Amino acid sequence: MNTKKTLYALFLGICLSSLILWSSDDPTASPSAEPPTETKETPFDLMMQVLTHQRCVNCHPAGDRPRKGDDSHITRALGIPRGNDGHGLQSISCGTCHTTENNDYSGVPGAPDWALAPESMTWEGKTRVEIAEQMMDPQRNGGKSPQEIMKHLTEHELVLWAWEPGIDAEGLPREKPPVSKKDFITAVKEWIASGAIIPEA
Amino acid sequence: MKITFNINGEPRSIDTDGEAPLLWVIRDGLNLKGTKYGCGKAACGACTIHVDGMQVRSCSYPAKFAEGKEITTIEGLSQGDNLHPVQQAWIDEVVPQCGYCQPGFMMATAALLKEIPNPTDEDIDNNIINVCRCATYYRMRKAIHKAAALAKQNPSE
Ligand code: FES
Ligand code: FES
Repeated sequence: MNTKKTLYALFLGICLSSLILWSSDDPTASPSAEPPTETKETPFDLMMQVLTHQRCVNCHPAGDRPRKGDDSHITRALGIPRGNDGHGLQSISCGTCHTTENNDYSGVPGAPDWALAPESMTWEGKTRVEIAEQMMDPQRNGGKSPQEIMKHLTEHELVLWAWEPGIDAEGLPREKPPVSKKDFITAVKEWIASGAIIPEA
Repeated sequence: MKITFNINGEPRSIDTDGEAPLLWVIRDGLNLKGTKYGCGKAACGACTIHVDGMQVRSCSYPAKFAEGKEITTIEGLSQGDNLHPVQQAWIDEVVPQCGYCQPGFMMATAALLKEIPNPTDEDIDNNIINVCRCATYYRMRKAIHKAAALAKQNPSE
């Protein structure tokens, strides 16, 4: 029994002394600190994770017809062309099927001013840098200032619908963007407040 | 909730769940069975009606939004015994096969002619995107052109 106790004390002593020796290399370092493995995402990164998500891109499509669903498919039956003002054609418009709110009976999504973005604001197939350049270019963004872009991105109900996308026709919830609404709004405000710098491609 | 609107020129009030599709209210509440249920997801157009003159797919239109609106269903397309040019053209061209989709197509066509009185084939392709499982599209196209011609002969319709 005594021998066992002695061996146990010896083992403990070795452990303790190696811990003291290890920590004495850098007396300021916390023993539990781990080297950082991730670099922090910038406001631009966070913002673009949302803007390149299908909840946004489906209504900023290349071509003339909206994309649909989490797989961004196109169907003739539901693919009413953009028309002159983004609201569809003369007799068949977005409002033929969409209202100002999601419809859980039919699975048809809805929000105020449901419409396609203008052709000059096509995002589908573009890089993050191209999207940002286009978004901040008054020639292509409908003459909007950075403050107006900020307002559009952080307050417009159609944009914020991305976080309340409702259920589809099968009753399944639509995917939300990978960044929370709160973090997105903060990121957009920070990015614009710090000069809306677009990183090098 | 109580919802009040004009339907085919008559004022009506109905107690219903405001979120219920207007299609159900029209068919089951008001017993107007001309408007059809096809897909229930705004994809086929069988349930097309007019709300304040605009075509709407009533399976995807909550009843609460009908409050105070002017609604027209296929039963109200004619003026009494005077058929709407679209209805007359549909008869003349013997368009229907089974007929199930046809009220929706006629309502969509009436909405088209109001905006584009003389539609080209391209206008028709772009604006009439209802679905007919009997594939009567060819006869419908002829009937749409005929309806445009009939409406021109009698502009009051
Ligand atoms: S039943 Fe409404 S569009 Fe098919
Ligand atoms: S006539 Fe049968 S579905 Fe159109």
